[in-house]
Amino acid sequence: MSAGIKDKVAIIGMGCSKFGERWDVSADELMIEAFEEASKDAGVDTSQIQAAWLATQLEEINVGKSALPLSVALRLPNIPVTRVENYCASGTEAFRGAVYAVASGAADIALAMGVEKLKDTGYGGLPAMSAGTNMNMRGPNNTAPGSFAQLASAYGAKHHVSKAEVKRAIAHVSAKSHANGAINPKAHLQKAVSVETIMEAPMIAEPLGLFDCCGVSDGAACAIITTPEIARRMGRKYIVTVKSLQLALSSGTESEFNGWDGSYFLTTRIAAKRAYEEAGITKPREQVSMMEVHDCFSITEMVTMEDLFISPEGGAIKDVMDGFYNADGKVPCQIDGGLKCFGHPVGASGLRMLYEMYLQLQGRAGNRQLKDPQIGLTHNLGGFPYQNVSSVAIIGKLGR
Amino acid sequence: MVGITSFGAYIPKLRLNRKSIAEANAWGNAGLKGMAKGQRAMCNWDEDSVTMAVAAAKDALRGVKSSAISRVFLATTTAPFLDRQNAGIVSAALHLGHEIASMDITSSQKAGTTGLIAALDIAKSGEDNILFVASEKRRTKAASSQEMQYGHGAAALLVGADKPVAKLLASHSRTVDFIDHYRAEGRDFDYQWEERWIRDEGYMKIVPPAIDAALKKAKLKADAITHFVMPTVFPAVTRSIGKAAGLADKALRDTLGDNCGDTGVAHPLLMLVDALQDAKAGDKIMVAGFGNGCDVLIFEATKELEKLKGPRGVKGGLANGREEKNYNKFLTFNDLITKEFGIRAEADMPTPMSALYRKNDMVLGLIGGICTACKTPQYPKSDVCVNPECNKTHTQEDYTFADKAAHVMSWTADYLTFTLDPPGHYGMVEFDAGGRFMADFTDVAVGDLDVGMPVEMVFRVKSVDERRGFIRYFWKAVPRTA
Repeated sequence: MSAGIKDKVAIIGMGCSKFGERWDVSADELMIEAFEEASKDAGVDTSQIQAAWLATQLEEINVGKSALPLSVALRLPNIPVTRVENYCASGTEAFRGAVYAVASGAADIALAMGVEKLKDTGYGGLPAMSAGTNMNMRGPNNTAPGSFAQLASAYGAKHHVSKAEVKRAIAHVSAKSHANGAINPKAHLQKAVSVETIMEAPMIAEPLGLFDCCGVSDGAACAIITTPEIARRMGRKYIVTVKSLQLALSSGTESEFNGWDGSYFLTTRIAAKRAYEEAGITKPREQVSMMEVHDCFSITEMVTMEDLFISPEGGAIKDVMDGFYNADGKVPCQIDGGLKCFGHPVGASGLRMLYEMYLQLQGRAGNRQLKDPQIGLTHNLGGFPYQNVSSVAIIGKLGR
Repeated sequence: MVGITSFGAYIPKLRLNRKSIAEANAWGNAGLKGMAKGQRAMCNWDEDSVTMAVAAAKDALRGVKSSAISRVFLATTTAPFLDRQNAGIVSAALHLGHEIASMDITSSQKAGTTGLIAALDIAKSGEDNILFVASEKRRTKAASSQEMQYGHGAAALLVGADKPVAKLLASHSRTVDFIDHYRAEGRDFDYQWEERWIRDEGYMKIVPPAIDAALKKAKLKADAITHFVMPTVFPAVTRSIGKAAGLADKALRDTLGDNCGDTGVAHPLLMLVDALQDAKAGDKIMVAGFGNGCDVLIFEATKELEKLKGPRGVKGGLANGREEKNYNKFLTFNDLITKEFGIRAEADMPTPMSALYRKNDMVLGLIGGICTACKTPQYPKSDVCVNPECNKTHTQEDYTFADKAAHVMSWTADYLTFTLDPPGHYGMVEFDAGGRFMADFTDVAVGDLDVGMPVEMVFRVKSVDERRGFIRYFWKAVPRTA
């Protein structure tokens, strides 16, 4: 394995817009809102940024193609700006670009920005998208909930868990995130919801009901990256560094080769293993302080607990029901409310997750603050269980 | 001697309860109440004359190599395409190869029998394995008698001289410009004339002379006929014709009105298949097709009939039904009401003809690949083997998935996606011998599916490009029937 990214770059500023139905603003204003917070946090203005990355997924109904929307919105001083798109991992992909630019020495200070303006699409849920010329001719007219819902049927069959048990466990996943989101002023949905309400909600895609699905929101989030040395020179006291940054993509085996059983994310397991190795984590269940995972749907979060090797295989339901991932549990998950309460403005989500981990590591998370977290993990899952892009990022205090 | 060497049929699984038609419409047409008995076969939203033709042909071709087929005919007055050979789509779906002749036969309700006579004539010249399919999905106005009387269905016959199960004894055709109904170019529905005139001046005067002529050619007396196949929507007419022609009462075949309905061009052949499923060696089967004239064919069942195993035919089709009591569903599937489907129905995904042609085998034939190095079947076929232990390049040969056994690996019932029949069922379909892909399920109701359930593949409409008037076909999974 390569030397890895551990402690080579520091996050010196982050910003996150209010997420929600932002009828009054466009994507450029969302980006400015996030950037102004990050800029103030870092003590860095646009003249100091040497390279930038923009993540946005649905460019045609959103900001438009290329990275120009970011460059123009922030009036960046003619620096290299790159747009990235990798499904729901796009935000983390922008972060990767900025992190590697700084690590390579190509830039001293770099910006990663993610934005999406979903509420201009008119859709409930993500809009229908082309799957590409060939897949359009043969693939089902699937939606995201319909694709992820299948995890439940396969997980239940594999672990001999009844449909009712799965349904109740995933309702607990959503209830926990709603409880967390209820006290987060930047969340879209700031309301606690009971397990019963969740279980009785209208069906979206069997067995996922309305509350098993994340919200549909507008939002932007960003990070300003530099080296630990520059961060120290800038007078930063608590330096948050990147411990690992991993991405694993399907190669077609899950969807075309008999083997994978449909109950887990092959790519997440691979990305997680690499990430722990890069970060020097040997016992994730003990060493990871907190997580923000890709809870596009409650079932996604539940199986991801096993794929990240926090819960043992087949043990996620027990951990969920035991409150292991609750705010007062051993490894709080979605402490900010997750995609469940923030919604999923695709390009922004990965950076929004990092934002919460970054605040928590610095003790700046207000009424959500956890006790002395050391290591925060974020995870994105783009695409579908059977063909996807999975990212795992780990950040923590410098020297840990 | 030429004749029918194999046969098959297809009746859509959905059967509309006729009572539901009457209940919805009797307020304005009390006459419908008297017809409110039994069920009529109705296409699912994703079925049309081409998909039914493929299903019937698959039934007839069990155990027959697709490469053996010399020619394919499709008889229908409800072809999905006016200018794109519909028989060519059937041929592509059955993967019959490019070196065959094909033809659509249309424009009359007797197209099925007229075309069959033509196919038999070609067989007389020595050509074997001619696939003849008749399929019909007639659109009818809401609250019409036809809505009650008609059904959707298809029949397929393999024609040739190689061990016929029924040999042709004689045929006779008459052409008369008798307009009981017509449908002009650009019109959605038929225009009908009075039923009593159709009966007296049409059936009763046009059919009997053709029967006489055919019997004469076959050197048979009328009472020699064991099965008389004569579709009409008026059962009394069949009896009257039989009587006029001197046929035995017991020879009159049931017109399948109770639980199928009249399937138009397909119906004489569908009833013939039904008769063949009952016939014994030596039985004489007379088939009459009426429409702007009349065709009569006389067959004799042979001993080969007992050896033919496998076709589900009409009996199997009728047994595999699911009652539909929701008349609104019928209206929706047949585009008889303007309905709100939400923003997801607006998604515009054009089909590039160049890509469809390039991937014709993959899309229409469900042809994938099998790696010659590691023997892994895979869909789609690829230049790089998908088996992670192999990954060899350029090792794949064509592999047919359409006839392979499969099972459900994962599934969902999706209420969010756009489909004419929510919820949309789809999931990972895994083939027992290797290979898998995410597929739509069709002909399933909520609660039908489970992990591990055996399924088979059927050719269906995937979606319709309303803006460009293009129908996209692909394969879907249905629970396997015996």
